[in-house]
Amino acid sequence: MDMHVSFGGLSLKNPVMTASGTFGSGLEFAPYGDLRRLGGIVAKGISLAPREGNPMPRIAETPCGMLNAIGIQNPGVEDFVRRTLPSLPWRDVAIVANLYACDAAEFGELAGVLAAEEGIAALEVNVSCPNVREGGIAFGQDPAQIARVTEAVRKRAGGKPVMVKLSPNVTDIAVCARAAADGGAHILSLINTLAGMAVDIRNRRPRVANVVAGLSGPAIKPVALRCVHQAVRAVDIPVVGIGGIASAEDALEFILVGAHAVQVGTANFLRPDFAFGLADEMEALLAGIGASSLDEFRGSLRLPL
Amino acid sequence: MSLRVCRNVTVLEVSPVGQRKRPDEFYEIRLSLPDWDGWKPGQFVMVRPASWELDMLWARPFSISSADADGLTLFVQKVGRGTARMARLAPGDQVALWGPLGNSFAVEPDTPTLLLAGGIGIAPFRGYVERHPHPENLRLFLAHRLPLECYPYDLLSNRVDCRCLLEACPADLDLIIAALREQIAEYAAKDGLILACGPTPFMRTVQTFAAELGARAQVSLENRMACGVGACLGCVAPDAEGHHVQVCTRGPIFWADKVRL
Ligand SMILES: Cc1cc2nc3c(=O)[nH]c(=O)nc-3n(C[C@H](O)[C@H](O)[C@H](O)COP(=O)(O)OP(=O)(O)OC[C@H]3O[C@@H](n4cnc5c(N)ncnc54)[C@H](O)[C@@H]3O)c2cc1C
Ligand SMILES: Cc1cc2nc3c(=O)[nH]c(=O)nc-3n(C[C@H](O)[C@H](O)[C@H](O)COP(=O)(O)O)c2cc1C
Ligand code: FES
Repeated sequence: MDMHVSFGGLSLKNPVMTASGTFGSGLEFAPYGDLRRLGGIVAKGISLAPREGNPMPRIAETPCGMLNAIGIQNPGVEDFVRRTLPSLPWRDVAIVANLYACDAAEFGELAGVLAAEEGIAALEVNVSCPNVREGGIAFGQDPAQIARVTEAVRKRAGGKPVMVKLSPNVTDIAVCARAAADGGAHILSLINTLAGMAVDIRNRRPRVANVVAGLSGPAIKPVALRCVHQAVRAVDIPVVGIGGIASAEDALEFILVGAHAVQVGTANFLRPDFAFGLADEMEALLAGIGASSLDEFRGSLRLPL
Repeated sequence: MSLRVCRNVTVLEVSPVGQRKRPDEFYEIRLSLPDWDGWKPGQFVMVRPASWELDMLWARPFSISSADADGLTLFVQKVGRGTARMARLAPGDQVALWGPLGNSFAVEPDTPTLLLAGGIGIAPFRGYVERHPHPENLRLFLAHRLPLECYPYDLLSNRVDCRCLLEACPADLDLIIAALREQIAEYAAKDGLILACGPTPFMRTVQTFAAELGARAQVSLENRMACGVGACLGCVAPDAEGHHVQVCTRGPIFWADKVRL
């Protein structure tokens, strides 16, 4: 079965990508599998200037999930372009840069730097910065801001596909999806983590120093599926499904509701070779359930009348 | 050849240590491990039993206590959900395992070397002692809360100079701290090497005395880990300049003056 997918200007040999922040730069996983077997790698969030991230502890395990508040620790875009990108097999696997900034101008500047790099296949815009200038509300929760940031990135993206990554921490994901589409996004990816918290009754402290952290893993899959389902129906640009994927069956559930590709996040921690075999497993499973092709299967969810 | 592959291995044996007094508070796990070589004492592995399915997502990091052609031995303390469920593994069960990971303790064959272990922190020193070319240059000091029979202490006391102190009440802690200071001073004076593994307060004490007395010391950190491969940035510790570095790949062992605890 042909697992190749093309959408929104991105061409992938299979629909399996790895999610930002869960796969390092990609190189950390090279000892555990051939990176070229992946459809794409979304690199760890990059900002203009280096960031040290949040204090420890930054992570906690929860039932069927985990919390993280890493705080976009990264060595800055220059270091990424100069040191990391050349070592990645970017001719054979789509490398997507994940952009993080705190206002539209900064996003635009970051996009400008990355647009010049041949090794970058697409830009993914992480709109989760709690924007102090706008009164502490995260970009991703304000449709007007989503549109503004998307536009700023699109203008400087030099023709590279712009993928806007939506947060589920909103009242109506469809409104956010439309805002990104209106801003000129080529692709949507969703979801980012859900705001969550864990506390310890013995020492009476939060388990993550940042107090509120992002929930990911199988625990969020139903929320992610619902969001993808709603986004697919709200806009006519392609969607990439993210959230709790831990098996080929999970991945195909997202394709069934209409996603063109998926990103695997927390499951990379179950074992470091997890993502490498997933496309093959999806292919076998598709054949096993009698689907004739990936295209035929995509979005074929039968809804009650 | 890269040794850091992820594989499914079989549990050979799970045996409580010091069973008579504290049923399986500490236990030893033996895992099958064909073609395993090239590890260094102080390195660790990530272990995730297949039976966890999706209710617990992270593998757990454990020091390589010893390893040979027949298998790998881990020495584990039951502290929470994961280690409690691992204690119930049975021979034949499958676990995913990746490693050896991280850096290793310094080996200076001819230097007098002091091994400071706090409780379960003795685990990597078993391998260290077994592999050291001149065990006569080693001394192990163990601060312990459980009876000695709960630790692989006898295995080591046959090979190297061993000392221990029991912490049965808060006053004992003062004795342990005094003993640490005295021994660190002794090894600082002869330009010895000090290697420490144990709970964070124990590591802090070693770090403080090493700085004060001018001793060369390494500490092994036990930060919570999700990936073990340097990718998630969940395990970081601040280095001397305040940069957050991954304990799983840049550690778990640091020179005491190069990390903030
Ligand atoms: C490099 C490295 C080597 C290690 N080697 C050994 C070893 O040889 N033998 C051994 O028994 N343990 C070792 N540990 C510690 C071991 O990984 C933890 O005890 C284990 O992950 C706890 O899992 P749990 O699910 O039982 O605990 P959880 O349910 O996750 O937590 C229960 C309690 O344990 C504490 N805890 C959680 N993680 C750690 C940790 N990493 N270190 C200390 N306390 C923790 C929590 O704060 C909590 O209070 C090592 C850790 C590291 C990072
Ligand atoms: C440790 C960690 C770090 C993350 N860092 C980023 C990041 O830098 N940028 C981003 O857009 N998403 C980040 N995410 C979110 C993931 O990319 C993904 O959207 C989320 O985890 C949901 O997918 P999952 O359930 O498969 O993990 C991070 C997630 C985790 C667990
Ligand atoms: S455990 Fe993921 S970076 Fe160290």
